Amino acid sequence: MTWYVSRRFLQLIPVFLGATLLVYFLVFSLPGDATAAICGERGCTPAVVTALREQYNLDEPFWIQYLLYLKGVLTFDLGTNFSGRPIAVIIAEVFPTTAKLAVMALIFEAIFGIVFGLIAGLRKGKLFDSTVLVLSLVVIAVPIFVLGFLMQFLIGVKLGWTNPTVSGDATVSELILPAVVLGLVSFAYVLRLTRTSILENVKADYVRTATAKGLSRKRVVVVHILRNSMIPVVTFLGADLGTLMGGAIVTEGIFNVNGVGLTLYRAVLNGDGPTVVSIVTFLILIFCLANLLVDLLYAWLDPRIRYA
Amino acid sequence: MRFTRNSRILSVAAVAVFALSACGGGGGSTDEAATGGNTDAVIVVDGSEPQNPLIPTSTNEVGGGAVLDLIFAGLVSYDADGKVQNEVAESIETEDAQNYTITLKEGMTFTNGDPVTASSFVDAWNYGAAAKNAQLSSYFFESIEGYAEASAEGSTVTEMSGLKVVDEKTFTVALSQPESDWPQRLGYSAFYPLPADALKDPKKFGENPVGNGPYKFAAEGAWKHNEQIELVPNEEYEGPQEPKNGGITFKIYQNDTTAYQDLISDNLDVLKTIPTSDIKNFKNDLGERSIESPYAGNQTIAVPYYLKNWDGEAGKLRRQALSMAINRDEITEVIFNGGREPAKEFTAPVLPGFEEDLPGSENLEYNPEKAKELWAEAEKLEPYDASEPLTIGYNADKGDHKTWVEALVNSVKNTLGIEITGKPYATFKEARTEATEQTLTGAIRSGWQADYPSLYNFLGPIYATGAGSNDSVYTNEEFDKALKDGLAAESVEEGNKAMNEAQETLLEDLPAIPLWYQVAQGGWSNNVDNVEFGWNGVPLYHAITGK
Repeated sequence: MTWYVSRRFLQLIPVFLGATLLVYFLVFSLPGDATAAICGERGCTPAVVTALREQYNLDEPFWIQYLLYLKGVLTFDLGTNFSGRPIAVIIAEVFPTTAKLAVMALIFEAIFGIVFGLIAGLRKGKLFDSTVLVLSLVVIAVPIFVLGFLMQFLIGVKLGWTNPTVSGDATVSELILPAVVLGLVSFAYVLRLTRTSILENVKADYVRTATAKGLSRKRVVVVHILRNSMIPVVTFLGADLGTLMGGAIVTEGIFNVNGVGLTLYRAVLNGDGPTVVSIVTFLILIFCLANLLVDLLYAWLDPRIRYA
Repeated sequence: MRFTRNSRILSVAAVAVFALSACGGGGGSTDEAATGGNTDAVIVVDGSEPQNPLIPTSTNEVGGGAVLDLIFAGLVSYDADGKVQNEVAESIETEDAQNYTITLKEGMTFTNGDPVTASSFVDAWNYGAAAKNAQLSSYFFESIEGYAEASAEGSTVTEMSGLKVVDEKTFTVALSQPESDWPQRLGYSAFYPLPADALKDPKKFGENPVGNGPYKFAAEGAWKHNEQIELVPNEEYEGPQEPKNGGITFKIYQNDTTAYQDLISDNLDVLKTIPTSDIKNFKNDLGERSIESPYAGNQTIAVPYYLKNWDGEAGKLRRQALSMAINRDEITEVIFNGGREPAKEFTAPVLPGFEEDLPGSENLEYNPEKAKELWAEAEKLEPYDASEPLTIGYNADKGDHKTWVEALVNSVKNTLGIEITGKPYATFKEARTEATEQTLTGAIRSGWQADYPSLYNFLGPIYATGAGSNDSVYTNEEFDKALKDGLAAESVEEGNKAMNEAQETLLEDLPAIPLWYQVAQGGWSNNVDNVEFGWNGVPLYHAITGK
């Protein structure tokens, strides 16, 4: 087990190098001169442009720029963005908010998705089942920004139950609405995955055995059916955590959440290479760790799976 | 953000269907403050994240500019109509429009207690101009003698020879040529003074700037990046912009649509730009609380002379034909719901010296017959090379340009029957890079917002030979000369006359095609009163009161 985990950690190194290289190259290849974004509509004098290019190593060829960045990372210095602010500070500012938002969305989709999926699966073909199936289909079909603006308008503006936007403090109560919007589509997937998985397992031999042994219905459902049905769901949730962290651009935009997604979006527009690479790499590492966690959960959910 | 319109419509439709609520005025949060001009109220206004440390000479965008204008006071400031009024300056005197003597008022201080002296200005300006400091607004000092030496690439000169401190309260400025409108520029943020400490560590200063303006930072760290900037009145400030409220908090929004939702639910007090998706309904939503106020900004399309088909005599005729093929009245009415004014010349109507019937302004009127005639005439001189069809470039990342570009393209296509298309650039920087490097393959839209209220600001930096924003690469000796004469004129009025003469050349040549003047469309919440917009489309923050 320890060996397995440390091996997985070692695998992060090539992932890190490959990811930074690829992302750095992509940002490097974006058309347009980064100083044009800094100088704005008015432009700067050539002397200023030269000074800026020097300051951010924009004159160097790609490999030198990348190696300089890598050197910075290895000495725990992520450099500064084009506004002259340390990237590490920026990440430290926006990361907690997005993490909070993503975890809240994950909790929402996991709890509601699994509970609804379980009920629907156990009552296949009944009214509840058909209703949630149709509703989840609608949720999956409608783009997230439509759901976002709709809920913001209804709940935030018309009903006034909460502010339409999130303040700088990003308290848990303010984040409920954005988290629900963010988790809504995944919620529909979790629900459908759970339902299908339950339907398969209800007919499994070990369930019949458990029932035949005289176990209570509750114990059969929770321990035997649900636990064994969780593997695909957990896989999905693990991968989803990464998506929620980095993919919250639209939701963060609608609710004005100062988070990772929007920071990334702005950096891409400005061609701010170091910032984009740092944030994306950070997200990749989180993604990898979430997947490791999922793999370890497998063993707990299904005793037949072992790691050595 | 194209999708926002659809989503708004959807959400409105949904409300109608579910009939959840019939009231149109937003959520009913009641303000505890007493009615009538409450001067203690903290006003929450929309802002955008300053792109650089808050140092006057390194700020070149509106987000940082709005904050700087409140925490600093320059030698002069502008009132709501763009009229110049003395702020820190007691007097600005000159006999030849080239050598100026500037005297400061007694008893002015920065919020850290330091007095505002002649060196506060001179040192700040020298810092701004010197190449080694790489300040984005360095070119604002270009008129001052010695600028060329200090700003040359790799220069180690840190002082401009034209600036001399006479005593604590007096300094002199020598320009490299007479410029009568120079004192008008001094209200622009690049010319603000800095306390002595600022230049020791400008980056650190820029996080917690100390100024001499009507407001100051509420505390160290009042700038919470990408969230808000909290300002409180500066008790020491004396001048024309005395705060009538208990503070201004800039809440930073990533998009206007979101800010609008906050406005109609009274979580935001003032919004200076109504999002495109709500232009059609904001007057309904806000009623008395909405405003449309023209300001010193315009929109043009620059047609570079290095493009085939658009140079020489034939090119000139084609430019005129293109201009007359654009139905400005219809586009401003239909697309902007009246929120723009069709352009009559190259500057903006709120500026002193503006004239709307300059000879040649008929070239900016929709006239399909004349357009076709001119085009045919150009064909005779030099046939149009249709292998290089005209494109109208615009950046798709900020502002909603696609809609009007499409309308414009259709207007031209229907009139002239030529092939013309809109060309979106993914990002602003991509478009700017091509413009600066002169590698554009078509025309490009270009918006200009005045830095200071002067006709010259709309002409010199854009159309003078070799100017920084001369995207068309236009050069015309006659125009350059008229411009220079205007600058050298004895009074601002004389100068404006010459500027307008220079414009006649532009109206004939059309290096860029003026489209329309900007109109600020804004609104405010139920919690505030006395909201007025200034000459530059920015609310007069100091005058806003609570209810």
